[in-house]
Amino acid sequence: MKKFRKIFEKFIEGVLFSSSTITSLTVILIIVFLFREGIGLFQSSPLEKNFVITVSKQNPVQELDATQVKAIFNQDITNWSKVGGANDSIILFTTSDIATYYTEEEIGANFEFLPKKLNDFIVSHPGAIMYVSGKSLPPGFNGHKIKVKDITVSNFIFGKQWYPTSDPIPSFGIWPMIIGTLMVTLGALLFAIPLGIATAIFMAEVADIRIRNILKPVVELLSGIPSVVFGFFGLIVIVPLIQQMFHLIVGETVLAGSLVLGIMALPTIITITEDSLRTTPQALKEASLALGATRWQTLVRVVIPYAKSGISTAIILGIGRAIGETMAVLMVTGNASNIPHSFLVPTRTIPATIAAELGEAPYGGLHFKALFALGIVLFLFTIIINFTVEFIKNSKQRT
Amino acid sequence: MIQAEAKNINVWYGDFHALKDISMTFEPNTVTALIGPSGCGKSTFLRLFNRMNDLISNFRLEGLITVDGQNIYSKEAKIDEIRKGIGMVFQKPNPFPKSIFENVAYGLRVNGINDRKTIQETVERSLRQAALWDEVKDDLKKSAMSISGGQQQRLCIARALAVQPRLILMDEPASALDPISTAKIEELIFELKKSYTILIVTHNLQQAGRISDYTGFFYLGDMVEHDLTKKIFLNPSNERTQNYITGRFG
Amino acid sequence: MTKKRLIQRIAFITFGLISLMVVGILFAILGFIAIRGIHVVNWEFLTAMPEDGMTKGGIFPAIVGTGCLVLGSIIFAFPIGVLSGIYTNEYLKDSWLKRFIRMMTNNLAGIPSIVFGLFGMALFVNYLKFGDSIIAGSLTLGLLTLPVVIRTTEEALKSVDNTLRLGSYALGATKLQTIRRVVLPVAYPNIITGLILSIGRVSGETAPILFTVAAYFLPKLPSSLSDQVMALPYHLYVLATSGTNMEETRPMAYGTAFVLIAIVLIINTAASLLRRYLNKKVKMD
Repeated sequence: MKKFRKIFEKFIEGVLFSSSTITSLTVILIIVFLFREGIGLFQSSPLEKNFVITVSKQNPVQELDATQVKAIFNQDITNWSKVGGANDSIILFTTSDIATYYTEEEIGANFEFLPKKLNDFIVSHPGAIMYVSGKSLPPGFNGHKIKVKDITVSNFIFGKQWYPTSDPIPSFGIWPMIIGTLMVTLGALLFAIPLGIATAIFMAEVADIRIRNILKPVVELLSGIPSVVFGFFGLIVIVPLIQQMFHLIVGETVLAGSLVLGIMALPTIITITEDSLRTTPQALKEASLALGATRWQTLVRVVIPYAKSGISTAIILGIGRAIGETMAVLMVTGNASNIPHSFLVPTRTIPATIAAELGEAPYGGLHFKALFALGIVLFLFTIIINFTVEFIKNSKQRT
Repeated sequence: MIQAEAKNINVWYGDFHALKDISMTFEPNTVTALIGPSGCGKSTFLRLFNRMNDLISNFRLEGLITVDGQNIYSKEAKIDEIRKGIGMVFQKPNPFPKSIFENVAYGLRVNGINDRKTIQETVERSLRQAALWDEVKDDLKKSAMSISGGQQQRLCIARALAVQPRLILMDEPASALDPISTAKIEELIFELKKSYTILIVTHNLQQAGRISDYTGFFYLGDMVEHDLTKKIFLNPSNERTQNYITGRFG
Repeated sequence: MTKKRLIQRIAFITFGLISLMVVGILFAILGFIAIRGIHVVNWEFLTAMPEDGMTKGGIFPAIVGTGCLVLGSIIFAFPIGVLSGIYTNEYLKDSWLKRFIRMMTNNLAGIPSIVFGLFGMALFVNYLKFGDSIIAGSLTLGLLTLPVVIRTTEEALKSVDNTLRLGSYALGATKLQTIRRVVLPVAYPNIITGLILSIGRVSGETAPILFTVAAYFLPKLPSSLSDQVMALPYHLYVLATSGTNMEETRPMAYGTAFVLIAIVLIINTAASLLRRYLNKKVKMD
């Protein structure tokens, strides 16, 4: 009987242990799956699958980078000499040009004559550059493929353009979103930190117990309101207000995002700050008051310094809340992918981009991978934040 | 001459009648020990003199407390100035998590004194008075948390002295300390008596006997007896005092 | 001397006004949505299918969908979360393992909900081939709630006086007996309240269900775990931003927002009433 009991206890302990590993496992799985889907962006050619860019065999150009290809197809570059080739003007040929050069009969009902026509074209136009499906090129095609340089991490991070679906080469530059995210977050903090800390101080040190009993549930309720409801409120109330106040064409701006996010970050900042203010020993407060300090002086000189690390944790977790918030920001910032130069222009943030575009990105395509890569960036942001909080906690314990 | 006086004091915490009709007077340059079993109201009484009980929400007071003839609970009395004029030393050493120097300077700074020279002189004088100067003079910048418990308590005394109080309140100042540190604090109290009036709450009867001139015995919110310490210990007039002193309860 | 008192007065009044403003913000949001939404909400609105490009009818499938998702996620998250909380707080001594598990739980708690959405799509929808389904959405939401449940449990256990445990051990009880007969009976009111509050959190999440379960428009009820469903928060998002006829969908949006807020209010109130009741009961026993 005793032995059975012991085995039973060990068994339960095993069950408990396995449960406690789930969170760690999930974090690891999140990392694995984000990278699994996202990292592919950096090993692949920026061209869509099966599509190739080819030029005539005589053309000495072997390799181009994404910007050059884009410039060529936008006709910003019109001469091969600009990209290291002969002094010859560039003739564009994409899938949509097939119809302008050839009639349907010439191509055939099932495109059976297309390969030959493409070969003819490249022979007769040595300055041509073709963007077509690799399958439609005939064997012995009189041209060579241009190698397009792979997308690099620095292109991705510092690239200023985000055109995930443009032909022939999409752009995946997330710099505007990084700046957008940081600006919206900064604005939110400028609003939420003073308000949050002031409210926390009021609750912990000034208000009597009755007022505190009103404020506490208010803050809890504020943290319970779903983010779409904040977004909806922002869209209906704050956005038109900003539009009218600043005489803007659109009210969906960085400022609108900041205000909504600021409200959403308030409960985090208030709760953690208040908790940490409350950890100040009564003895220290009494010592200060006994020396003739006012409550305010005691607060500034004793309580706040004592709670410093808790307050910084509150601020950092507030940043985390703001950076990762998706729906509310998506609804009020206007989602324009340009680098915002003021608080009164539309912008888009990293999470909002993922939410808005993942539904339309074909599974496994470059766009899909790019959105997962955005997820990695967001994940890294939050990991940095978490480790900072962890670091503050540990350094506090040591002193 | 009278330094401080309590007249017909009644204190309630909510419905609880904590102090019942207490009157006492304290002469300058004397040490008065307040003794009695736990919960008898002696700490509450002590904390009336710098209005520390005001921090408790359901606290209510009737009666008159004067220090140097000033009613410290009058409407005109400013609570921070009252407290500044009355030093307090707590049961557990409670230095601020700042440097030794800043701990002593704290009272000056919060009372609007910013002159560096004045502050430096006062810090040194206070630390000397608290018999701590020789031990810490080279470490003034060090954290107050790094010195021993006994030193911390003397630092807290120095901190209280820096604002030149009229009256010093001590709430079991040695109860958290080892015997050697306790002896040092007692010695210090003896020295401080020359310039200050001291009220001290203590659980330790021998200590009360050693350091005080007068003793007040509290029991269940009553002040049973207040007299010269010698008289209380050798020939108390009340039977309850007698029983307490001889250790029948407590 | 009066200067420092003046500063104190100004500071405290300012802080009081700021706190009042925070209260004001909450009531502005609640009041605005309540006033515009309350007369939209009636029995038909709650029990009918959406009609006419979501300009008429009700939000019944979204309510049912959110119900399914909440149920699915708590069936997954509550047992695992509570067991995990018990393990870290009661079994683990202060060791690297405890610190590691705590750290990972905190990390998980800090990960933005949209990243959960990405992850849920990659793992449940695509890799495990569940497709857009209640099961994929529930598991994603469940993982998101897990850290909250664990933290709630740990806090509740931590507040149990340690002398109770020692007293039980002193009588020869084993660890498991102590937990079951002494610790949990004292801690359970706070655990239950925390769990109820987390239901409110789950029912309002949008980003994690965007790509794992939520349907834009699906006027029928789910028949199996592999069905897609509509959900209240996503429905509000759709109504607010991408309806075909914004003017006419607006009342529906107000109504949906009102229902969402009502759920949160009801849950918060229920939680605090229950906490009071259970704590009283624990003391009486």
